[in-house]
Order: sequence, then structure tokens, then C-alpha cells
Amino acid sequence: MAKFQSLKEAVSDNLKDGDTVAFEGFTHLIPHAAAHEAIRQNRKGLTLVRMTPDVVYDQMIGMGMVDKIIFSYAGNPGVGLLRRMRDAVENKWPKALEIEEHSHAAMANAYEAGAAGLPCAVFRGYKGAGLKDVNNNIREVTCPFTGEKLAAVPSVRPDVTFIHAQKANKRGDILIEGIIGVQKEAVLAAKRAVVTVEEVVDDFDDVHVNACILPRWAVTSVCVVPGGAHPSYAHGYYTRDNAAYVEWDKIASDRGLFQEWMQKNVLTVDETVFEKRISALKGAA
Amino acid sequence: MEIDFTTDEMMTIAAARALGNDDICFVGIGAPSAACNVARLTHAPDITLIYESGTIGTAPDILPLSIGDGELCDTAVTTVSVPEMFRYWLQGGRVTVGFLGAAQLDRFGNINTTVIGDYNAPSIRLPGGGGAPEIASSCGEIFITMKQTLRGMVEVVDFFTSFGHGSGGTDRADLGITTKGPTLLITDLAVWRPDPKTKEFIVRSLHPGVTRDHVQDTCGWPVKFADDLGVTDIPTELELTTLRDLKARTEAAHAVEVA
Repeated sequence: MAKFQSLKEAVSDNLKDGDTVAFEGFTHLIPHAAAHEAIRQNRKGLTLVRMTPDVVYDQMIGMGMVDKIIFSYAGNPGVGLLRRMRDAVENKWPKALEIEEHSHAAMANAYEAGAAGLPCAVFRGYKGAGLKDVNNNIREVTCPFTGEKLAAVPSVRPDVTFIHAQKANKRGDILIEGIIGVQKEAVLAAKRAVVTVEEVVDDFDDVHVNACILPRWAVTSVCVVPGGAHPSYAHGYYTRDNAAYVEWDKIASDRGLFQEWMQKNVLTVDETVFEKRISALKGAA
Repeated sequence: MEIDFTTDEMMTIAAARALGNDDICFVGIGAPSAACNVARLTHAPDITLIYESGTIGTAPDILPLSIGDGELCDTAVTTVSVPEMFRYWLQGGRVTVGFLGAAQLDRFGNINTTVIGDYNAPSIRLPGGGGAPEIASSCGEIFITMKQTLRGMVEVVDFFTSFGHGSGGTDRADLGITTKGPTLLITDLAVWRPDPKTKEFIVRSLHPGVTRDHVQDTCGWPVKFADDLGVTDIPTELELTTLRDLKARTEAAHAVEVA
């Protein structure tokens, strides 16, 4: 049953060293504030899962918190490559990073299988693709009815999933709007789920009957963190901070600059900075 | 009338022309996105554009910076979850054309966006395939657009991110893939189509002012030219104005956000 908590408490209660954890968001609603709290709490030995690891996973990898990453597209969207992740893969800095690489179709299916309580996902994919030669978790099954050869991957079952959403109501139900990505599946696939939200409203009586709502009993913790997706965006609240993504490319290109930036903007602040960061981005969403 | 245009503009416009009003098109970010939207704003107003973030039938007023910009959702017919996108709409066989870019490409339309060098010890770790491996196998056919460089158009791709025609011939069908695969390559210098038998890309038309040497000098494999090699039609005023207006609106919008 959803418990309203401070972000600090929610991360402390739900994320342990060595956990497999997903901070999901498909360009939209990326839970940056939650990931920054995890960085401040200095979690180690994590296996990170995400379809589209971008800036915030680059930061966690650069801080040496990550042993392994399971992903399908590791880039800075609209800008280029992830330089901290590259440094880990190419030069083992600050430490070696194990990678388990998939396609989007595989990851989406794997989350869905996790949410459905299945051990693996079956789909038509990876035909002729090189990934199946370098990833032992991409296998083949034969359809017992037609004989068709299909791809199989293990389901994703995180110990904990973090997402950001627009609203919670007072009971703790969660409303997600806009590009909903794979967040519902990521929450339902996980043992524990922490949701940061822009605001709490009385009820959801005015939302569409088919809206994407996660009932409070499917969520472990709810934390109110306005701006908690920045520099990603929250549809209806604030726009994407494209300049911050461009700036990250410069920051991440240099180890010293990166460490300075993390010290100043993550380690020595708390989640209240996020509301200030979005003040100029409101209204246009 | 003499119209000035850049090679980039010619590439985008030639790519836009390949799309039809009835197409259901899975759009890659970057050059494909510009081409697909120029098509929508000129000769193909009813084309359905799909971005992998789940936005179906989107009609952005400006070009998105990422595949998940809010503009795509605001202007879409509907926005679905990512698992639904890949399972029902892509794997379900609803998409007629996939439009992809490439970091590395070979003559058989195989694409690499994963690594330069060895996978386990890469000299450059690229972002990876994202949706491309299954876009390449599940869409009815694949169009590719990229600028020609010796680094980009290579004899053999370092990694098979997305399968095109393999080593050519019937390789694709032999793997059990029933879709057509790459049927068109549009670069900044030429329009290419695969030979019906060997599946090797052949230059069908050169963009205005481009020579055979230009094409060969920026391509890492020995280029074959069609016997009836043509010249790509120059951009019309409407095509050019549409593209330039779209780019200007995009730049203005992003400048406001950054300010």
C-alpha cells in the first residue's frame, strides 16, 4: 500500500546495495530527482535496467555505483553519446561495466513479461541481428503450434523501480499522462516501486475513464518532488530542458569537470533544487 | 528558374518524395524525421508518422529533438505504451515503411549503430540499436538516409545492428524474414536502389551537379551505377520552402526554450 514519504526515506527504505533497479522513463518523466538521491546515499554494486539510459545513468555510472547495465539504447537524445558510460566501457573508468544489450522490442517485451509474472518473453525479433552473438540472454524458442522460431529473453524483474508521474491523489493512486513509455510495466514487474510526483490532488474524479492509473496497492512509496523529472519533462507541467542535455555533453566529456559538477549539483544539494530548475520551463508544456 | 539549394536539402527532399500518402511510416530521429515531415507537409498530407515513443499519427509543427518530445504526443492521433508500440503495431505488421539513419552502412543495407571496432573492446561505443533491429525486420520495407563519408559507407559493417540483405541474394529470406528490407538509400549525393538479384545498392540517379567521382570518393566500396543513370529532379520551390520553414520554426522554438 502506498506510503507518502520523503524522497530520502523512500530511497533509504527501498534501494539496497547490489539491487537490480530500474529508473524508467522514455525521454519523458525520467526520475532524475530519485536517481540523484540514490547517488547521495552512495548505493553500490547496482544492476541498472532501462530501455533508454541517458544522462542520469551516465551520472550513476560515472560515480562508480554500477556493476552492470541492461539496456537497449544508451545515448543523449538529440545530442549524441553517453561519455561517462563510454569511458567505463572503453577504459574501465571509474570501474569496469558489464553490459547486457538488447533491442527496444526485447526490453519492452521483457518488462511486460515481468509485469505478467512470466519467466521470459517471446517475440519475433533479432533476425540477423548481431546482438544475439554477444548476449547469451538472447535465445531462440520454437512455437509448439506452428514451428516458427522466435526470440526469447528473460523477463525483467527489478528489486525496485523508480518512476516520476504527474499526480498522486490523497489515497496514493498515481496518474501518468502523455508518453507513458514502459513505466506501468516497470512498476508492476518490480518487487517494490517508488513514484515521485509533481503534486498531490484530492481525487481523480475528473480524469478520463481509461486513463493510465496505478492503484495505490501496486505502489510502495509516493514522494512529492515538483520538477523531479528535470531536465526531462512532465507533460502539462514543464518542457524538456534541451539546453541542459546539450550542456551535459561538455560536462561529461571530462572526468574532472564531471566530478566537480556532481559535487556542486547533486552531492551537496537536496531534491528541493528541482522545483527551482523548472521555473523557467513552465507554461510552455 | 534557378533555385539554390544545399546537398543536405536535396537529400531530405529526395527522401521525402519516396513516401506516399497511404504510408504508415516508423520514423527514425534526425534526417529521417525531417524527410518524413516534409512529405507530410507537401505531397502526403495523410501519411501516418509513428515514433517509437508510442506516438501514432503525429503531426509536429516543429522537428522533435528526441523521439519522445511532448510535441509528438500533443499532435498525435493516439499515444500508446512502448510495449504496445513494438508488439501490436510494429511486430503486428501494421507499418509499411521504416525510415532509418545509419552510423555505418554497407552495400547490402546492413546498418551498424552499436560499436566501431570489436564489440567487447570497442574503439567507439555508439548508443546501440534501440528500436532499429525489429524495425528493420518488421516494417514492409526500409528506406535509409545518410550523408556519404568513407567512415560511414564501408565495405563491411563492424556490427550487424540491423539486418539488411546480409551478404546479398536471398540471405534475408533464408533467415525467415518475410519483409522486403532496404529498398532505397538516399544520400546527399545520389539515390540508390538494390539490384533485384544481388541486392547490392546501385546508384540510380545523381543529384544535380554531382559526378560519379564524387559518389565514389565518399563511399568505401566500389560503386556500381545503373545503365540508365539519371539525374535527381531539383527541389521545387514548394519543397524547399516547406523544408526551410520547418527548420526555421524548429530553430526558433528551441531557441525560446533555451533562452
